[in-house]
Amino acid sequence: MWSALRATFIVNASWVCTASQPKYTGARPPESKKMSQIRAQQRSFHDPALVAPRANLVRELRRFLPADSVLEQEEELHPYECDGLTAYRQLPLLVVLPRTLGEVQRIMRLCNDRDVPVVARGAGTGLSGGALPHPEGVVLNLARFNRILDIDQAGRTARVQPGVRNLAISEAAAPFGLYYAPDPSSQIACSIGGNVAENSGGVHCLKYGLTVHNVMALKLMTADGDLLEIGGQTLDSPGYDLLALLVGSEGMLGVVVEVTVRLLPVPEQARVVLAAYDDVEKAGQAVGDIIAAGIIPAGLEMMDGPAIAAAEDFVHAGYPTDAAAILLCEVDGTEREVTEHIARVRELLLTSGATEVRTARDDMERMRFWQGRKSAFPALGRISPDYYCMDGTIPRRRLPQVLRRISELSEEYGLPVANVFHAGDGNMHPLICYDANKPGELEKTEELGGKILELCVEVGGTITGEHGVGIEKIPQMCVQFGKNELEQFMRVKRAFDPKELLNPGKGVPTPRRCSEYRQLPSHRHDRQ
Amino acid sequence: MIELMENDITKELQTRVLAAIQSGTRLEIRGSGSKRFLGRTLCGEPLIVTHHAGIVNYQPKELVITARCGTRLSTIETALAEQGQMLPFEPPHFGPGATIGGTIACGLSGPARPYAGSARDLVLGTRVLTGLGQVLRFGGEVMKNVAGYDLSRLMAGAYGTLGLLLDVSLKVMPRPAAQRTLAQEQSQPEAIRLMNAWAGTALPITATCHDGNRLFVRLAGAETAVDQAAQSIGGETVRHQEALWRGQIREQGHDFFAAGAPLWRLSIPSAAPPLDLPGIQLIEWGGALRWYRGELQSQTIRKAASEAGGHATLFRGGDRSAEIFHPLAPPLMAVHRRLKQAFDPNGLFNPGRLFAEL
Repeated sequence: MWSALRATFIVNASWVCTASQPKYTGARPPESKKMSQIRAQQRSFHDPALVAPRANLVRELRRFLPADSVLEQEEELHPYECDGLTAYRQLPLLVVLPRTLGEVQRIMRLCNDRDVPVVARGAGTGLSGGALPHPEGVVLNLARFNRILDIDQAGRTARVQPGVRNLAISEAAAPFGLYYAPDPSSQIACSIGGNVAENSGGVHCLKYGLTVHNVMALKLMTADGDLLEIGGQTLDSPGYDLLALLVGSEGMLGVVVEVTVRLLPVPEQARVVLAAYDDVEKAGQAVGDIIAAGIIPAGLEMMDGPAIAAAEDFVHAGYPTDAAAILLCEVDGTEREVTEHIARVRELLLTSGATEVRTARDDMERMRFWQGRKSAFPALGRISPDYYCMDGTIPRRRLPQVLRRISELSEEYGLPVANVFHAGDGNMHPLICYDANKPGELEKTEELGGKILELCVEVGGTITGEHGVGIEKIPQMCVQFGKNELEQFMRVKRAFDPKELLNPGKGVPTPRRCSEYRQLPSHRHDRQ
Repeated sequence: MIELMENDITKELQTRVLAAIQSGTRLEIRGSGSKRFLGRTLCGEPLIVTHHAGIVNYQPKELVITARCGTRLSTIETALAEQGQMLPFEPPHFGPGATIGGTIACGLSGPARPYAGSARDLVLGTRVLTGLGQVLRFGGEVMKNVAGYDLSRLMAGAYGTLGLLLDVSLKVMPRPAAQRTLAQEQSQPEAIRLMNAWAGTALPITATCHDGNRLFVRLAGAETAVDQAAQSIGGETVRHQEALWRGQIREQGHDFFAAGAPLWRLSIPSAAPPLDLPGIQLIEWGGALRWYRGELQSQTIRKAASEAGGHATLFRGGDRSAEIFHPLAPPLMAVHRRLKQAFDPNGLFNPGRLFAEL
């Protein structure tokens, strides 16, 4: 019952961070005004150098694929030109939609023989451009792998194809009192294959872990068409922990063609407390106090003033709009445990200087509290023409310092920033408001975003907590990692994909890219 | 602080590794030696890492601790206990000098594994000295981090064959407010059924074990939750629960582990029926871990594990020069070889400890 409720309140929420951006309609995307740090120059679909390779590959693919499994016309390919990071677009050489493992295998072998890049794609909700097509490559769309193969009630596992939606797993498990724990905001649409590629999180990670903690087995098609079975319905496997390596590898080491996840029993009860603060720092302090008291909440979220105002205006969650910050703390477990913990959490929040502490009276109010949080992105989309969602993680004790610096940067760049924060695990989502129609503003936004990520690294954190590097954070990888680490990543990449055909240009920058980035005037200035 | 700096021997270790690359010397990474009995027979010149020790950073409110590989597990556990925290995966020590480096390299987890996660689940970051003599940092001290491939968790359970773990950062958890262990007489099939049925409910279970006669269940959490769950599960309260879970199960002090025959560890799907092998089995992890002692041929035991959907490891005793871990399918072994090559192209570290080919 509880998971069904958890599921419904997000139905109306938009999951795509940049959903507010105007849908691309013309034959060509709007010309960029200034060279973006992230985007390579777009390559035209009609580039004469692409025509023959496309025709040849189509001919070879059609030998073993039915007509509806190969898309090659420009208008058919437009839906694939971007993922959830809509600011970056590129048409692929072509798209394939296989139905069987045999077809996937032959596609991989053919592309490997012909040195054609392969970009795997799930639901296309990713926020870092991980599924951005390669102009000379194939998009391998796994949408037709959408079957739940088995739910093992006794062993509490589900074996599913990669195109199955995250939420569909919990729905299928619900009759057994079970659910799949990781719940990214996009869970209504995103696919489990994409979750594995990105190591997706959600609002319940602190207690229930990320995708990597909830996947038991994978079937992986390698670049040269070998099918590897990794893990099993067991709690460990002989040899290296390839599951840990593959989860979050962003489609660069292989294509996930089957996933076995563990299912958890639906908690008996969940309750949520909302606390308001007149000072963000106090709210941050309270998070540490709750954890120090030995309570691991199921969810612990923070929103700052601008995010509260936008969300309240949008969904009327009942948030105190005069607060500088609110905390939402959800506790779950057995009924008695929840009662005991809620009392303790309330006490801690009041001691920490909350101006108001409210416990949701019933599930209706609990869902309303959460709906405000989960709608924060689209809510902001209503008041700003565009927004750009960041995803850094920091050590929580650095929160006051980081928020102060973000607000200074926001002023410096003249771009408002609202903050939504998975406070329990230190994962921040600063949302930069901008207007893509104003010349140069997208580039300015990118630059500000980059500085925020670099700030996360500076305080001992990371440039991405759950959205992945994709195409988006390639420059900041050069800040987080040194040359030797990046080279080690490449060695690991080549252990799986010696020709570097899987999702090329994503995840790990080339040394050249990094030295170019370090030479940029804005960056040099930073380092002085 | 000065002491902490003195105990950083990264440079010294790096020099040793660079020299080994030059001379083609193979190295056996060695902490206290408490887990030397695991895996295949070791060869190579010892590279002692126990002096690279000390807790580098501990942030109780952030649930993270970073320590050098030579830090004793007992030192870490004491520091955590002082703040009411613990290593949730309850790693076995197998000796008083057990270090955190060896613990993560061997990737062993104790009774709480199915309920609180494994050694690798709790790894947040590592600093690694690779077979190329490079000191690399992966992951970090934050809970969520998806920048780059997760090479820190890959180190867990690699038995040092991919590199020397210099420092590890781990997620820690609060100790539960209350804990109680119940025991009831149960047959093995019934115990397996019960363990799986309970795991499908919201009961706050943190350990289970069946020793052939009795089924033990540990409950942990808020006082009221433990009370309530104890009533619904039933059985008599075990008085010395720490001695049971820590001494007998985790450290294998139980009589079951004392006999002379080789000890096998079978990791199989939790709901699989009792394995058709002669003699007794000790069951842990809600049914997912079956310990077996016997003189049967390894093929027989591996076959039983495979048929149940799992794998078997020769944990203690037997022929340590033969395969210890369950053989890998050829395409998977090929990936393992290439990964080993990617980290340790000269094959310096712990050659053959995991598999003869690595």
